[in-house]
Amino acid sequence: MSVPLTLLGLLEREPSHGYDLKRDYDTYFGRDKPLAFGQVYATLARLSRDGKVVPGEAEPGDGPDRKRYAITPEGKEEFEAWLAEPVTPEPHLQTVLFSKVVLALMLGRSAEQYLDTQRAAHLRRMRELTELKRTDSLIDVLLADHGLFHLEADLRWIDMTAARLPSLARAVAS
Amino acid sequence: MSVVTVADEIRPTAAMIEAIEVFFDFGQTPALRGASVSIREGEILAVMGPSGSGKSTLLHCLAGILVPKSGEIRLSGTRIDTYPESERSSLRRDTFGFVFQFGQLVPELTAEENVALPLLLGGVRRNDALARAREWFGRLGIDGLERRRSGELSGGQAQRVALARGLVARPKVLFADEPTGSLDSLTGELVMELLVTAARQDGTTVVLVTHEPRVAAYADREVVVRDGRVSSLTPDLAP
Ligand SMILES: Nc1ncnc2c1ncn2[C@@H]1O[C@H](COP(=O)(O)OP(=O)(O)OP(=O)(O)O)[C@@H](O)[C@H]1O
Ligand SMILES: [Mg+2]
Repeated sequence: MSVPLTLLGLLEREPSHGYDLKRDYDTYFGRDKPLAFGQVYATLARLSRDGKVVPGEAEPGDGPDRKRYAITPEGKEEFEAWLAEPVTPEPHLQTVLFSKVVLALMLGRSAEQYLDTQRAAHLRRMRELTELKRTDSLIDVLLADHGLFHLEADLRWIDMTAARLPSLARAVAS
Repeated sequence: MSVVTVADEIRPTAAMIEAIEVFFDFGQTPALRGASVSIREGEILAVMGPSGSGKSTLLHCLAGILVPKSGEIRLSGTRIDTYPESERSSLRRDTFGFVFQFGQLVPELTAEENVALPLLLGGVRRNDALARAREWFGRLGIDGLERRRSGELSGGQAQRVALARGLVARPKVLFADEPTGSLDSLTGELVMELLVTAARQDGTTVVLVTHEPRVAAYADREVVVRDGRVSSLTPDLAP
């Protein structure tokens, strides 16, 4: 799960304070592992150094959270590329898949298209493993099976999510 | 009566069988809304998609069991949806093979008679039909079960008998609707392995409807049916 890319995605909606970013990150992506404030600011500092975000004018008040950060064209480009790219099909990808779906919905993109691309990538990998099974030793068959069952679990999740996109979109928009 | 128009003429195509912009309604319920799919000769295509999306209806339209409200079905470029029922019925007997989720064997007949059925209906003499049917029992690993009645077979055995029946007349296209739907994973896999091996050896084109990704992974390509339309996931790869 990539914190910098997720923050970039959240910033693509609108310029935000570190606090807003932490709140939204924790709500959607950090259920088990909330983001520390320190990590938010360290990540923003790094993104800023790399020209992916720019801090706005310091607003009056105390504390570190007096700047609103905005995404730059470079940051936007990096985020778009990440979002469009299917995740390499390996087992246990729910967190990354989930982040991409939620971010796509938040930004009003076609999450369905993203899920379809991912579905195709998963099935392609499953076809390769199935082909392997038809030619290889029993040990390889067992290993391929393990991969196949886990990829299938991912795919079932992808299908369920696709079926729930309309309600998910409403939940994310509210 | 059959009026030949330009559109009805044979058109050169690489497709073995295709649906073009097919619409079909069950009374008030639209089941297909502009479904298009094209399957190459010898290709094994998996048709996936949510329950009620129109997968079985699409398969039935392709196989000439249902007639589309509009759109076309073409077999090697020739329109077949405009055929009269008698001709579609001979296509189903001679050119197409079928396997369904629950074998649907005839309970009064023995396993070998069930397998021989398409040949008998096609006018092959009984002894020849039974001899050809028996060859499949070895090929599908069910030898010894020839004389059993279908009620005396396990689900996996019955499904292999059903597969033999679907393939015995050497169909050009095999239509399989959830052929492993009632089987456990290992048996389902065995049936798929046999289906794919037989289809590849004989160059049979296969349209395989399935919910299960692991079953779809045996196919060359998959399409997803949603709300009566087909979306293709895998870009067409050269054969
Ligand atoms: N005989 C019928 N009479 C009326 N409506 C039907 C009939 N058969 C199917 N339908 C309807 O047509 C639509 C498509 O059904 P179809 O059987 O093709 O779906 P499917 O994708 O095969 O679903 P499943 O995965 O559950 O088998 C559904 O809305 C279904 O309720
Ligand atoms: Mg069905």
